[in-house]
Amino acid sequence: MELRCKNLLSIGDLVPTEITHILDTAASMKEVSERDIKKVPTLRGKTVINLFFEPSTRTRTSFEIAGKRLSADVVNISASSSSVVKGETLRDTGENLQAMHPDLIVVRHSCAGAPKMLADVLPSAIINAGDGAHEHPTQALLDAFTMRERKGSLAGLKVAIIGDITHSRVARSNIFLLNMMGAQVCVSGPQTMVPRFIESLGVTFIPSIIDAVRDVDVIMMLRIQLERQSQSLFPTIREYSRFFGLNRTVLSHARPDVLVMHPGPVNRGIEMSADVMDGPKSIILEQVTNGVAVRMALMYLLIGK
Amino acid sequence: MPLLIKNGRVLDPASGTDAMLDVLIDGGKILELRKQITATGSMQVIDAAGLIVAPGLIDMHTHLREPGQEYKETIHTGARAAAAGGFTSIACMPNTSPVNDNASVTNFIMHQARTEACVNVYPVGALTMGLKGEALAEYGDMKEAGIVALSDDGKTVKSAEVMRRCLEYAKTFSLPVICHCEDADLAARGMMHEGIVSTRLGMRGIAPAAEELIVAREIALAEWVGHPVHIAHVSTSGSVRIIREAKARGVAVTAETAPHYFTLTDDAVASFDTATKVNPPLRTQQDLDAIRQGLKDGTLDVIASDHAPHSSLEKDVEFDHAAFGMIGLETSLSLTLSLVSEGVLTLMQAFEKYTVNPARILNLSKGRIQAGGDGDITIIDTQAEYVMDRGRLFSKSSNSPFIGRHLKGRAAYSIVAGSIIYPFAD
Repeated sequence: MELRCKNLLSIGDLVPTEITHILDTAASMKEVSERDIKKVPTLRGKTVINLFFEPSTRTRTSFEIAGKRLSADVVNISASSSSVVKGETLRDTGENLQAMHPDLIVVRHSCAGAPKMLADVLPSAIINAGDGAHEHPTQALLDAFTMRERKGSLAGLKVAIIGDITHSRVARSNIFLLNMMGAQVCVSGPQTMVPRFIESLGVTFIPSIIDAVRDVDVIMMLRIQLERQSQSLFPTIREYSRFFGLNRTVLSHARPDVLVMHPGPVNRGIEMSADVMDGPKSIILEQVTNGVAVRMALMYLLIGK
Repeated sequence: MPLLIKNGRVLDPASGTDAMLDVLIDGGKILELRKQITATGSMQVIDAAGLIVAPGLIDMHTHLREPGQEYKETIHTGARAAAAGGFTSIACMPNTSPVNDNASVTNFIMHQARTEACVNVYPVGALTMGLKGEALAEYGDMKEAGIVALSDDGKTVKSAEVMRRCLEYAKTFSLPVICHCEDADLAARGMMHEGIVSTRLGMRGIAPAAEELIVAREIALAEWVGHPVHIAHVSTSGSVRIIREAKARGVAVTAETAPHYFTLTDDAVASFDTATKVNPPLRTQQDLDAIRQGLKDGTLDVIASDHAPHSSLEKDVEFDHAAFGMIGLETSLSLTLSLVSEGVLTLMQAFEKYTVNPARILNLSKGRIQAGGDGDITIIDTQAEYVMDRGRLFSKSSNSPFIGRHLKGRAAYSIVAGSIIYPFAD
């Protein structure tokens, strides 16, 4: 089965059978990372450019390792070291990279729609590795992979996404994907960080985090950006942590088999207490492991054939 | 040479005329308006059979970018775009570089208008120096030089106290004040309407309240000072309601909207097409319906393009970084005529928004067809169908979301002071 799209810009580019196919492919890719020799020749001779206009450790490394385990040549470009600082436009940067004939460009950018802008003008495949507060589809896919691996199926799953929903591309991509696969999503957080029209995305809004976690299979905590305090989105880190942080007390209201996830990096002790983060319900590091497998699967499906 | 327009349907909202009449123009003025004027050999004759003969259309809200941003538009090219769109008179906003906040800039614009423009160009002066919302500009000087109104368009005068003084000082010189209504703090660097689409796209939204708060403020100040305000580019249903209520109470307020606000919704932004990035932003279907209702019941007096040319430097970039604004001079008439074919407005209503109403608001002796009046006429073929093609634009810029759109109805002739300026001779 082939993906219908040349790029992965948003979850909406995919249909449920394609998502299942990506996750199935990722399952077989995961085995590669568990071998002694963690490399297969699948993408030998292919060139992947990681074009990151925003700082990233996890996602960039994950794409880099994924590409290398498939034997692709991977080049990393970060905005600080590129000509962007010299005033080159995004389009010009893209066209200059294209002139070197990459097969895939992985783009992270602070502006919603930037990867689409490149995809509209460049023939190479584009993966959106996060654009503004719009989407982060590979994160949603790796989250789905992790949930499916643990819970067996996405259909019927109940997921609570908690924190700064407004500014979260992770939340949006997860909401789109989980809805598409038949899961139920609720969101929680201070109303200053939950869009007024959030329910139009097909989720329910539950102001109290305790009510939100009560009956769910998965709790997905979002990173709080500390600079939002200066934007009057919450009064103090202390109060945020008290009312919207995940700690043992809150968790005691959840089901015993609940799973705790986080896209990282975690503000330890703020949106999540250290004991929960390190506790048995936390599968945060599994997410990171699975991220490599899912990105290997995507690279293979987009440029491997 | 005298110009005779024969066999047309004359539509003059100022007098309520809707009749088959011939129009004779000589010496720049309308000489005669009656049935069956006989052509003589010395006359140039236009056969307007099947066409509408209207007063020369007025667009009271454009940006011509000269001085300072001539790579986007000049007074010459903007005037040609206007003529091609059926406009014989346009007002241009002061947010040029330098800002039109003193008579020397006004004089420059007037000079360019006289020597470069094929239509009448009326500069609007700045309310405050540098559009900074702080110090009053020299209204008296600028009025002598030729401005017809005042505005800090593109910005709201942040301080209500300063705005009050602007209105009082404008009253001294009987200059109308045009208000760009946007609470910049509440708009909070938003990119588009705050609604379902912005929620899906994760783009920073602009709440309708950002516009409505200032609409209400300007109306309250106008009422207190006793000087009229004209609300520019109304985009929300709440603004329409506030203006309607104020008018019902007898407050001297008038208002305009732009064709994109009664044609497009924020759904158009979902493609990240920067041509759809405009301020105020494209709103929802409910707002669009309210704008149409406001046009129909007269709450909105004027349709103006807010023609805002930008080059690819400003538009071929990330949506966040793209400039606000779209061109409109060459599509306004067609989009307005589609309101007529959809039954929202009568032809008479549609043309009053482009003729008698803007002329009244700006105190121009234009916008009507009467013997002795200025010989400015637009002749319209309401049946002409065409696809808006980038290549046929006369504007220097092409930042329009209507490129590629199938449109119906357009200017056949634009006539200024008895001279046919469009179709262009060259």
